[in-house]
Amino acid sequence: MKRKIKPDVKSKPKLAVFKFTSCDGCQLSLLDAEDLLLDIADAVEIAYFVEARDRRLPGPYDVTLVEGSVSTPEHIEQIREIREESKFLIAIGACATAGGIQALRNWRNVDEFINIVYAHPEYIDTLETSTPISEFVRVDFELRGCPISKYQLLDVITALLIGRQPRTPTYSVCIECKRRGTPCVMVSRGIACLGPVTQAGCNAICPSVNRGCFGCYGPMEAPNTDSLGQRLEALGLAPAEIVRLYRNFSGYAEAFRLASDAYEEKIA
Amino acid sequence: MTTLKIDVPYMARVEGEGALNIIVENGEIKHLELNIFEPPRFFEAFLRGRSFMEAPDITARICGICPVAYQMSSAHALEKILDIQVSPEIRALRRLLYCAEWIESHALHIYLLHAPDFLGYESAIAMASDPELRPAVEMGLRMKKIGNQLLTIIGGREIHPLSPTVGGFYRAPTKKELQALRSELEWGLEASIKTVAWTATLDFPDFEPDYELVSLSHPDEYPMNEGRVISSKGLNIPVEEFEEHFLNEHVAHSNAVHVYHRDHGSYHTGPLARLNLNLDKLTPLAKKALEDSGHAFPSNNPFKSIVARAVEVVLAYEEAIRIIDQYVRPNPSRIEAIPKAGEGCHITEAPRGMLYHRYRLDDEGIIQACRIDAPTAQNLKRMEDDLWAFVPQILQLPHEEATLRCEQLVRNYDPCISCATHFLKLNIVER
Repeated sequence: MKRKIKPDVKSKPKLAVFKFTSCDGCQLSLLDAEDLLLDIADAVEIAYFVEARDRRLPGPYDVTLVEGSVSTPEHIEQIREIREESKFLIAIGACATAGGIQALRNWRNVDEFINIVYAHPEYIDTLETSTPISEFVRVDFELRGCPISKYQLLDVITALLIGRQPRTPTYSVCIECKRRGTPCVMVSRGIACLGPVTQAGCNAICPSVNRGCFGCYGPMEAPNTDSLGQRLEALGLAPAEIVRLYRNFSGYAEAFRLASDAYEEKIA
Repeated sequence: MTTLKIDVPYMARVEGEGALNIIVENGEIKHLELNIFEPPRFFEAFLRGRSFMEAPDITARICGICPVAYQMSSAHALEKILDIQVSPEIRALRRLLYCAEWIESHALHIYLLHAPDFLGYESAIAMASDPELRPAVEMGLRMKKIGNQLLTIIGGREIHPLSPTVGGFYRAPTKKELQALRSELEWGLEASIKTVAWTATLDFPDFEPDYELVSLSHPDEYPMNEGRVISSKGLNIPVEEFEEHFLNEHVAHSNAVHVYHRDHGSYHTGPLARLNLNLDKLTPLAKKALEDSGHAFPSNNPFKSIVARAVEVVLAYEEAIRIIDQYVRPNPSRIEAIPKAGEGCHITEAPRGMLYHRYRLDDEGIIQACRIDAPTAQNLKRMEDDLWAFVPQILQLPHEEATLRCEQLVRNYDPCISCATHFLKLNIVER
C-alpha cells in the first residue's frame, strides 16, 4: 500500500536527512535544488538536516533520506533507531544502496587498509565491511547514483507528497543513449561501457562525452553481465581490467560483485 | 562564571561529522580538541592497484562539494609522471572549470552555511522566512546555481563531473554552449559585487592571530591550478618540496590526520590566505569590490574569511567571463596518456585551500602508492590553535553565545570533514 503523506494545512510532513559514510554529495543534491529549495522548505518541515541547519526536531519523521554506507559499529545501532523513527525511509546514492567506493575494503583485509592510511591504527574503530543500508533495516525506496540525480530526488519527494508512484526507471543506460541519439560508444568506437547492465537515471552522460559508462547507478533489473563480459573480452580487455570496471562506486551491488568475482578467478 | 558546560555533539552547517571538546577550569583551558568522527574511507589504500586513469574519478568521491579540486590535483600530478603537456586551450578550460567550483562552493558557504552565524539564524532556511532577508538567500542560491550550470556544461554534471580526466577532457564544450550562460554570468558578477558589500556590513569579532598563511602563488594570475607554495612567513618552495616542509601526525581524538609546518606548526590555508598573499593578482572588479568594502587587507581576522570568499566569487565570475570570451575549443580535447612508471605530485587551490596529491605508478600505470592532504586536514590544527586563543576572549559571554562563537570560528574555515577524513560535535565544559 502506498503511504500518503499529503500535507494538511495544520501540519507539514517532516523530512529528515541522515548521513553515514559518504562524501556529502547526495545530500548536497537537495541544496543543489536551488530555486526549488525554498519551495521544498515551504512544502515540508525540514526537521533534521545537520549539513544545512542547527535546529533538530525529534522524530517520528514522514520521509527520511539516508546517505552513506554502514561502516562503523555505531552505525548499526543508529540506522535501527532511524528506521524506528521513520515512516518512509529512502536510501540515497551508491554508498547507501551498494556500500559505495569504500566497499572496496570488502575484498581486502581492513587492518591492512588502516595500516596504510593511519600512523596509529589503534585509534581507528571501523567495521570489516562497508555495506548498504538495506543490510540492516527495511528500506522503502532506493535512489541510485554516484551522485543521485536531483531530479529523481525531487520526483520521489513530490510523488510522496501527492501520493503517486515515483517515476524512477529500472531499464538500462542504453535506452537513454538511444533517446538522446548518442551513437553506441562500444559498437562504433570500441570503448568499454557498462551501459548495457547499468540502471538509467543519469541521462547517459558518459557516452555523450565520448567515454564508456562506469556504472554510477549500479546494476539494472536482471542485467546480462555474461553477455557484456564476452563483449568486453572481445574488445581486448584483460580480466583485471574488467574486475576494475565493475568494482567501482556500486561495485558491491550483487550483480556487479558476482561478475567481478568471476573475472577475478580468471586473472592468471 | 566559573562553571560552564557546553555540549554540541554533532556540529551543523559543515560538511561531514565532527565534535569539539573544551574544558575550562578557573578561566584556564584544560582540554581542547576537535574530534573527527567522520568514518574513515581508506582512499589512499584502495587506490593501490587501480589504473591511473581512474584516479580523477575515484578521488572526486572524497568530496561531493569540491570534486573538481580532486580531479585537478590528481590529473596534474599524473601528467607530470606521464610527461603530458596540455595545450593552452585545455589549460584555460580547466581554469574555467575551477571558477565554476569556486562559485558553487563559495556561494553555498557564504549564504547557506556561514551567513546565519553572523545574522543570528539557525539556518538559511530560517533566514529565508524573514521577508527582509529572503531576497539575499534567493540571490545566493541563484549565484550558486550559475556555478553549477557552468560545471554541468563543462563537466557533464555538477557533482562528480565526468568529462575532466588525465590529459584534458573527454569532451570539450563548444563556444556556443558556453556563451549560452554569458548573460547569467554577467548577472552573477553584479550579484557577487553586491555580496562583497553585504558581507562587509557584518560584525566581525576582534581577533587576529599570528598566522602563517600558506597558498599557491603564480606569476601571472590568481592561483588555481598551478603555482609555487608561499607563506606569510617567507616560505617559497616548489610543490615537489611540500612533504619536506609539511608533516603529518595522527592524533588520538581524530579520524583525520593533522598536517603542520615543520618550522612553524599550524598554518592557515584557504580563501583568507590566498587573498592576503595574492592581492596583487586580483582581477579589476574583484580589486575594486574589496577596496569599496572598507576592509583593509591583508588581514589575519579569520571571521573575515566570508569577505575573502565573496571577493573570490567576484574574481571567479570575472575570470569565467574572460575565459569564455577568449575561448577556443581545445582540439584535441585530451592528450592521450601512455602509461609509464614514475612518481609525481601536485597542488591546486580547492575552495577550502591547498589540495596536495602524490602518486607512484608502475610501468603499466597501476597506482603503487599515493598521498592526499586535503585542505581541511591542513587547517585542523590551526582551528584548534584559533580556539585556544579565542576561548579566553569569550568566557564572559552567555553560554549559548559562547558556543555559537566557537562554532562560527570553526566555520570560518568552511571545514569539509568528509575531505579531512578521508570534523564537528561541540562540547565546552567550564568548571
